Amino acid sequence: MITYIIRRLFAAVVLLFIVSAATFSIFYLIPRLVGGTPETLATRYVGRAATAETVTLIAEKLGFYDPFWIQYANWVKGIFVGAEYDYGAGVESCPAPCFGYSFITRQPVWPDLLDRVPVTLSLAIGASILWLAFGLTTGVVSALRRGSFLDRAAMTFSLAGVSLPIFFTGMIALLVFSYKLNLTAPGGTYTPFFESPSQWAYALLLPWIVLALQFSAQYARLTRAGMLETMSEDYIRTARAKGLKDRDVNLKHGLRSALTPILTIFGLDFGLLLGGAVLTEQVFSLPGLGKYAVDAITTNDLPKVLGVTLMAATFVVVANLIVDLLYAVVDPRVRVG
Amino acid sequence: MSDGRPFLEVKDLQIHFPTDDGLVRSVDGLSFSVERGRTLGIVGESGSGKSVTSLGIMGLYHKRNSQMSGEIWLDGHELVSAGSETVRGQRGRKMAMIFQDPLSSMHPYYTVGSQIVEAYRVHNKVSKQVARKHAIDLLDRVGIPQAARRVDDYPHQFSGGMRQRAMIAMALSCDPELLIADEPTTALDVTVQAQILDLMRDLQREFNSALIIITHDLGVVAELAEEILVMYAGRAVEQGPAVTIFEQPEHPYTWGLLGSMPRLDQAVTDRLLPIPGSPPSLINPPSGCAFHPRCTFEPRTAGLGRTVMPELTGAAGSTHLVRCHLPADERQRIWAQEVKPKMEAQ
Repeated sequence: MITYIIRRLFAAVVLLFIVSAATFSIFYLIPRLVGGTPETLATRYVGRAATAETVTLIAEKLGFYDPFWIQYANWVKGIFVGAEYDYGAGVESCPAPCFGYSFITRQPVWPDLLDRVPVTLSLAIGASILWLAFGLTTGVVSALRRGSFLDRAAMTFSLAGVSLPIFFTGMIALLVFSYKLNLTAPGGTYTPFFESPSQWAYALLLPWIVLALQFSAQYARLTRAGMLETMSEDYIRTARAKGLKDRDVNLKHGLRSALTPILTIFGLDFGLLLGGAVLTEQVFSLPGLGKYAVDAITTNDLPKVLGVTLMAATFVVVANLIVDLLYAVVDPRVRVG
Repeated sequence: MSDGRPFLEVKDLQIHFPTDDGLVRSVDGLSFSVERGRTLGIVGESGSGKSVTSLGIMGLYHKRNSQMSGEIWLDGHELVSAGSETVRGQRGRKMAMIFQDPLSSMHPYYTVGSQIVEAYRVHNKVSKQVARKHAIDLLDRVGIPQAARRVDDYPHQFSGGMRQRAMIAMALSCDPELLIADEPTTALDVTVQAQILDLMRDLQREFNSALIIITHDLGVVAELAEEILVMYAGRAVEQGPAVTIFEQPEHPYTWGLLGSMPRLDQAVTDRLLPIPGSPPSLINPPSGCAFHPRCTFEPRTAGLGRTVMPELTGAAGSTHLVRCHLPADERQRIWAQEVKPKMEAQ
């Protein structure tokens, strides 16, 4: 088990390096594909009024003439030991972990990211509690009452939930519940939890529900399918033959097995959400990582995009790692080796 | 027992399943009884209704998707008309079951011990420690070496034979008086099969329980059973004492089963005598005798086999019952002069 954990941890670190290299090369290549040169890149930082000599000098100082792998090495080095950027108007320092420096806002990217993680985290945790509770319950009940009115109603509802995009449901929900009925907070009113828990919950309630709606539909379908499969297993028959109560047979024996694949998918979904629930954050104007990414892309702020991408990738890799380790806890057959 | 009823008495049991294609008559009028300390072997091909019978007795079919009628008397209590909660209270405590494939029949996520503990604690209000001690004793009793250590193993860490021993331990956890074993050795190695059969025989003597062995393997039945019930298409075609069924079988289907049983005292070059054809549909069973399309002796019934379902009857006072149109003396003559010599000669 210990060797298994070490092996998985090592693999995760290697994977992160590969991801970072891939991301960096994409953002290194893109400007060059559209005809960018070190000079045009440097121009963006010093302003158009600068002379050609200044631009060349800055491009030199920022390392834009260096070979790709040196630029990558410097960027990775910044994450561990910090970096300093000199673009003529003075030296800007970017302490470790330096995920890049935005020359548009003249700010290191890392503190920005740190500011936004709690927003996305709040959104993801609240929504996932809602969708797990609602999705699993609906799925279990649907599977046990297969073919009943309740089953068909739940599955129709969840088909709608899976099919409707968040920018549609979110907009409608905002219009109806916030602006017409005044029940929930309008967009753009996010308050940090430690400032006012009630305001925090009030602002997030509608985003939670809208996000959870989409996921719970998917989880209800998954749970239903999983339950239908496990409830026909031989060991369920054994459990019933022992004289167990239906509730124990269904939950302790049936749901327990059906949960394993759901755990995997939940890990992936949660990891992905932590990288930014782009649509939800955009619709409800929540200052999370997803909105940050969208804003960075629209302002063409490459260091920000690079930083937030790597951050999102890290969340996915870590979530996967945790799922793999949890899998061994959940399924004893995985524990060997 | 006070009213003179047998310990387990099944009367005219019918188990039908409505499907989109029609009503599946898996069990269609089955009657038999088993006393404490006695063993009944139910024999038949796949699809003859033997497993359905056992699951029906255990009350494991939902009323939602099955129709059950007739009577099942277990120690003076009728189970077909009883509420599902009443039957649940009997399951595992008064009657228990051993299944065919011990790997798929045990939950892969729980230890063997915890599954036995669970079975014991459903019906007994004891602490987990006491139940665990009981589980270790049971595992020890069924021949698991180092039971105190193996109790915390998962099913996949056990070998096939050990898993079946653990299944037996689980079934025995509440001292059931009726034990139903559905193909208990089919999934096991031949060497392990004999050990499991020995174990079941010993345990039955020790606990004095009624035992029903369901199998397609006549060898297993010969080892254990005192009574035999041969099933075909949801009905009994022949039932009686095991000695009689093996020495003087009277139903052509039983002859077929005996003829298709491999024997060690025969040369390997000898061919078996399989029953031609395949088991009939349970939705549209053949007219008349359900076995007539596969029966070599059907022409001798003067057309009766095609039109009339024969009754399950026997000589006055005899417990040997046969469902066949051929007269009893004719059947005995065919067995003695035509079938038996062919089986021995081949």
